[in-house]
Amino acid sequence: MKNLTRLPVFILLLVIMLAGSANWLLAAGSLLIKNATILPVTGPPITGGDVLVIDGIIKQIGRNLTAPPGIRIIEAHGKYLIPGIIDTHTHLALSGTNEGTEAITPEVNMADVINPDDPAIFTALSGGVTMVHTMHGSANVIGGVNVVLKMKWGQPSEKLVVREAYPTLKFALGENVKQSNRTLLPGRPQRYPATRMGANAIIRRELLRARDYMAEWDRYEKLKNSKNPPANLLPPKKDLRLETLADLLRGKLYARCHAYVATEMVEFLNLAREFGFKVAALEHAWEAYKITDELLAAGVGISVFIDSWAYKMEAAEGIAYNASYCTQRGVLVSINSDSSERVRRLFNEAGKAVKYGLTPDEALKMITINAARQLGVDRLVGSIEVGKQADLALFNEHPMSAYTRCDLTIIEGEVYFDRQQVIKEREEAARKGGN
Amino acid sequence: MFSRITCFKKYLPLSFLIILLLTTWLLSPAEARTDVKNSDTGSALLAIVNVRIVPVVGQDIPSGTILVENGKIRALGANLEIPAGARIIEARGLTAYPGMIDGYSSLGLVEISGVSATVDNRETGRINPQVKAIEALKYDSMHIPIARSNGIVAAVVAPSGGLIAGQSTLVKLDGWTNREMVIKESLALVVELPGIRGGRRGFMGMGTQQAAVSTDRALAELKELFHRARMYEIRREQAAKNLLLPRPDFDETSHCLLPVVKGELPVIFSVQADKDILQTIRFVQEEKIKAIFYGVHQGYKVAGEIKKAGIPCLIGSLYDQPPVWEDGYDSLFMNPVLLNQAGVKIAFSSSSSSAAKDLPYHAAKAAAFGLDRLEALKAVTIYPAEIFGVDKLMGSLEAGKLANIVLADGDLLELGTRIEKVFIEGREVDLSNRYTELLEKFRKREREK
Repeated sequence: MKNLTRLPVFILLLVIMLAGSANWLLAAGSLLIKNATILPVTGPPITGGDVLVIDGIIKQIGRNLTAPPGIRIIEAHGKYLIPGIIDTHTHLALSGTNEGTEAITPEVNMADVINPDDPAIFTALSGGVTMVHTMHGSANVIGGVNVVLKMKWGQPSEKLVVREAYPTLKFALGENVKQSNRTLLPGRPQRYPATRMGANAIIRRELLRARDYMAEWDRYEKLKNSKNPPANLLPPKKDLRLETLADLLRGKLYARCHAYVATEMVEFLNLAREFGFKVAALEHAWEAYKITDELLAAGVGISVFIDSWAYKMEAAEGIAYNASYCTQRGVLVSINSDSSERVRRLFNEAGKAVKYGLTPDEALKMITINAARQLGVDRLVGSIEVGKQADLALFNEHPMSAYTRCDLTIIEGEVYFDRQQVIKEREEAARKGGN
Repeated sequence: MFSRITCFKKYLPLSFLIILLLTTWLLSPAEARTDVKNSDTGSALLAIVNVRIVPVVGQDIPSGTILVENGKIRALGANLEIPAGARIIEARGLTAYPGMIDGYSSLGLVEISGVSATVDNRETGRINPQVKAIEALKYDSMHIPIARSNGIVAAVVAPSGGLIAGQSTLVKLDGWTNREMVIKESLALVVELPGIRGGRRGFMGMGTQQAAVSTDRALAELKELFHRARMYEIRREQAAKNLLLPRPDFDETSHCLLPVVKGELPVIFSVQADKDILQTIRFVQEEKIKAIFYGVHQGYKVAGEIKKAGIPCLIGSLYDQPPVWEDGYDSLFMNPVLLNQAGVKIAFSSSSSSAAKDLPYHAAKAAAFGLDRLEALKAVTIYPAEIFGVDKLMGSLEAGKLANIVLADGDLLELGTRIEKVFIEGREVDLSNRYTELLEKFRKREREK
């Protein structure tokens, strides 16, 4: 019924659209960027290069490209065009972060609490960030299911979600889950776990429980599908908490584990081997440089800060060489912000890695293609290649320089941040305010 | 104890002889000069040659020499004659800059911010003019060598919390004790006025200290305290002159505020909102005190007034959100640009201990948003030196100044630049630090294979 009432409106819109020029149709999500220094990340730089975007997809990369009529042309002479920056660990655009009341809450899903009005989305855009992994917090050992979002400021929640990304489940270890930096209020009981031993034991307990749960369902399915199913066959009780963990064991979910010290990372990798679940990345991983062999053997990458350290005991051996050294050893490394402020200077954070041994190209990869690989979206984004989604950022200087500034951020061919436009609107507002 | 000394005295001539023999045997003069790490006292004559020189004041020298003697710069220039016997440091491909000065930090007071046993910057209570940063400064903090290896040679270390946080200090980042680090033991009293976003909260929101409700009330309270200090001084003076008058009871707060009300000790006001800045300017003028502003998030809105009042500004960390959404996403980045263009003297600060090394990047960030690059460099070298009254000693490369020299392989403020050597008062300082030490330790595992 509803659909029927909407139909005439839809036809009317279609007529209006067709009545306009065909170029108008083309223009949405289409543009031509001219004369930029293109840093495709997966290939050599192109000076004086053009990128043609049609319907949100990169159609052509080269020199002296011509735009189909009606397409917006962005002159980018002297500027640097890079793939949109991807932040693999944030908590932005959420109306809740931590369901920390219990040690395990895998039944919660961050996709249920997306807040598309969070100004942090705009903040991220102003730093060239086009995609973020926004996660459950680290208050408990097993948090919730995370979500990957595009920073489409002004769009409703469902338009932000990147469904192609790995579905991931947040785990956390160490000081946050053992609540070592929290003053215990009188009368409030201490939550289990209070040690790293307890944290590991809880994960093992819950995964064993999930195994049993899966076995019960298997038994039920077997009986149900047998030639002579029992007359009173009842399905096992549905348990959303165990259902999520069962998905992890089935390989439908990937673990992302907040961990700082070497021991807890080694032990988490052991758990993953013991139970056969996949780990998309270790978060923060401050002591990863101590266990590069183990990371390489497990094929697990890390998502880290470049040098924000010493805020907790477990971050006291977090050295600024961590990202560079792990990269040099062959570990897949991305740099994250974990902050609605740092997100806008993630390129500066990556740039610091140059001081600690990486080339600017390697440093840039940590916030683009490496991040895309960790999120399972490297076929769609993370580099400037024909056929990929046109998530792009334009900088006035080399993006790994301290003197650089983001001037333009584009998602799927649409401009979502334009510094010149911001300044223009500000000046207009000031003029109006003055009158 | 006594007997040990007499015992020592007995063998004194003998030990002298042994030491004398040993030193002559071990240390031929040429060799002694090569080992600068521990024994270089800064007295030897040093020539840094073939170096690009950015003196910060005056013209750059594309390739020249810096002569260092007795901890000071004896001369610098393109065609200097190198005196015989000088230790020569070949610096081809490197650039010499004056060492940077962090305008506001918690270096040496905060080691691991989440572990209270390692935090010494925040006293309990609201009125603490008696506490001095220098007296708690951990001179062997792991953050100091890291800051130093990024080219920072001196820093203001400030206490925090309450209305009067305590007395800040200005130190060089070298010394075997806190006292050896002192440049100015008491630099300024630190007053923290309420921020734009309300009361300050502690680590992860667990702090219990609340700032005063409004700047009006905070300034009124300060006025009262200053008045009390002046009255206290008068009563003490009268009592000293007249034996019949009893001496007033000792008043610690007034006692410690006396240098401030006399105009001897400046006050660093942490102040953010434009209206609060205007109020504080009035307060400073009425009270006739010396003032420096810190933070000044909305300073650009009243830049003309700050300039007219002649109050220098220590720019707070740029790693922060705009104070209010309406100010625009880039307001914190534009603030130093606009203040500088209005003629206000600015200096950058890290506002940190663990991120003190990021000082050059704050300056570069402002440059990305329009601050002239030389002005950005000055705002981490000569401007802070001027603001803290030590510009005759440091802040630029000039003959007669202390030899605080940084040799970098690129632009001093650039992220990828590596600092090759740092001299503080002519001594080459050790650039190894916790980062390099831990890396080396765990690299051994790779090498063992």
